[in-house]
Amino acid sequence: MLKIEGLTAEVEGKPILNGVDLEVPQGEVHAIMGPNGSGKSTLSYVLAGREGYEVTGGAVTFRGQDLLAMEPEERAAAGVFLAFQYPVELPGVGNATFMRTALNAIRKSRGESELDAMQFLKLARQELKSLSMPEDMLKRGVNVGFSGGEKKRNEILQMALLRPALAILDETDSGLDIDALKIVADGVNALRSPESSTLVITHYQRLLNYIVPDRVHVLVQGRIVRSGGPELAKELEAQGYGAIQAAA
Amino acid sequence: MTALATGTAGFLARFEGLRDQLPGARRPWLNALRADAAQAFAAAGFPSRRVEAWKYTDLAPIAQAGFAEPLTAVNGDVALPARIVPARAVFVDGRFRGDLSNLKDVPFRAGSLAQHLGETQGRLGALAGKGALDALNTMLFEDGLIVDVPEGVDGGVLELVNVAAPSERPFAFHPRHLIRLGRNARLTLIETTTGEAAAPYLHNPVSEIALAEGATLIHGRLQQEAASAFQLSAVHAELAQGATYDNFTLNAGARLARNEIHAALAGPGGACHMNGAQLLSDGQHADTTTFLDHAAPNCASRQTYKSVLAGRSRGVFQGKILVRQAAQKTDGYQMNQALLLGPEAEMDSKPQLEIYADDVKCSHGATVGELDAEQLFYLRARGIPESKAKAMLVEAFLHEAVETVADATLRDALMGAVDAWWTQQEGLAA
Repeated sequence: MLKIEGLTAEVEGKPILNGVDLEVPQGEVHAIMGPNGSGKSTLSYVLAGREGYEVTGGAVTFRGQDLLAMEPEERAAAGVFLAFQYPVELPGVGNATFMRTALNAIRKSRGESELDAMQFLKLARQELKSLSMPEDMLKRGVNVGFSGGEKKRNEILQMALLRPALAILDETDSGLDIDALKIVADGVNALRSPESSTLVITHYQRLLNYIVPDRVHVLVQGRIVRSGGPELAKELEAQGYGAIQAAA
Repeated sequence: MTALATGTAGFLARFEGLRDQLPGARRPWLNALRADAAQAFAAAGFPSRRVEAWKYTDLAPIAQAGFAEPLTAVNGDVALPARIVPARAVFVDGRFRGDLSNLKDVPFRAGSLAQHLGETQGRLGALAGKGALDALNTMLFEDGLIVDVPEGVDGGVLELVNVAAPSERPFAFHPRHLIRLGRNARLTLIETTTGEAAAPYLHNPVSEIALAEGATLIHGRLQQEAASAFQLSAVHAELAQGATYDNFTLNAGARLARNEIHAALAGPGGACHMNGAQLLSDGQHADTTTFLDHAAPNCASRQTYKSVLAGRSRGVFQGKILVRQAAQKTDGYQMNQALLLGPEAEMDSKPQLEIYADDVKCSHGATVGELDAEQLFYLRARGIPESKAKAMLVEAFLHEAVETVADATLRDALMGAVDAWWTQQEGLAA
């Protein structure tokens, strides 16, 4: 599904990623853990194609395509979805309009028919229900006046509607209380399938109690320094990043 | 300073040549009005940029253009903008075209000013300003819309369509519109101006709007003139006690446009909303200048103006709020915001508050910014192509101004005009 080889990147001339190697096979959930400043968010932005994150070396292949050569919207159309750590507020853009435009753009690129407002509403209502979100969230401006938990649920709602092949969850657990965390995790788990993959980026092990990964990777100073099974997350929780950082 | 030096000669010569043929030429009161206007125009000339109110807008190209055409009676076919509602009054080059209009089911008097001049003595010119451009209009107007909605009548929605016909030679027209609503009457007036002329033309409309006690006028204006056009427009509204005037001016066309909107809250409890959007492409200049005169207590005014400026375009907003001593408990608000789509676009804004009453609430603000890179990335990361994402953010920027429009028909028409403008931008960028 996703293959990252020797990826280096910098932000404002400062090297952040220093040779990331990672492979996420189809149908698997991988977690990337790491201390603050290790490059976790940079990696997610580089994968999504954000401006200002300059790739200086290496390659990223997504389903056989050169991901780094694609525009952000092309990556989304190809099946990459980034759940933002800080979802962006869009005053004046209705949530329903936003999601229907996104869904139709992606459907169009796949050669599928576009959904009209009624068809979209029907689909969105089902997904809202499973995420325990009130229907009026569709009528509000995108993320405007949403609580931290509502914003994260809104990200998962988008993910549920867009059905990406690869979902990248960037610190989706940050700012969530335990109930919201469960709802979000249930939402993500419901979307797991043999055809899709998930990359969970997190500082804490907590989220991985609910979204159980196949593999865990530890990112330190812009490099994957250790990889292992789900037990690695528990080890990090118990011992902290100190020992691993020292070893790196 | 001589008249010749300020570019008035051509217009004055035109007036001298046509004065006996202008509508109402046999009415002494109107002759006197026109003669006074000619004198005022000759004396003042086109305002130069040394005049404070014209600091940001240069009329030299108009003064130099030389519009010297005979009377503008056009009878041929012209392309009309898409119909918004059944009731419409159509003017071509400032002349009423009954054959293109549909006023048969309108429950009030609406028609050609030239055909009703006999009853407008004392009314025509009562609200217009004393400046050179209003004088130019008074001197040379040939026609315009006259509307009288009687007391208590809901007039529904009426379209006022102004079309500039195709022409190879420069021409000018100066329609005068007189709108009057009786006590508690209502009307939505949607005014569209379009043009097909390749040659430069000057459209110089002046509207005089009188609203009696409790009357409500929603006045939408869609300026979509040809790229060769100059539009110098003025609206003068006077609100009696408890009246409401909502003006929304969408400025998208013309190479140079000045929208002057004057409203006087003359009776207690009146409400005035002046909103608008300037959507400018490369090479365009638009100037919105408002004057809100709070002359009576307990009135409210709201102004929200938004400018979206592409290429090398220039937007101007000047907004003055005058709160006279009698106007206690005034509630005034003014906001003007600009979105610059390119590094060469320019916005000048000048808010001005002049307050003589002591118990008032007045605020104003202005911002200038660019499209937010983070918002743009968020949309694109969801699969929305860049140009569509930009269009959504531009629309969202305008949303706050457009959502103030109470009439759904007008709101849809405005959003349609916004979409048309954006489609045109994409065409230019491609």
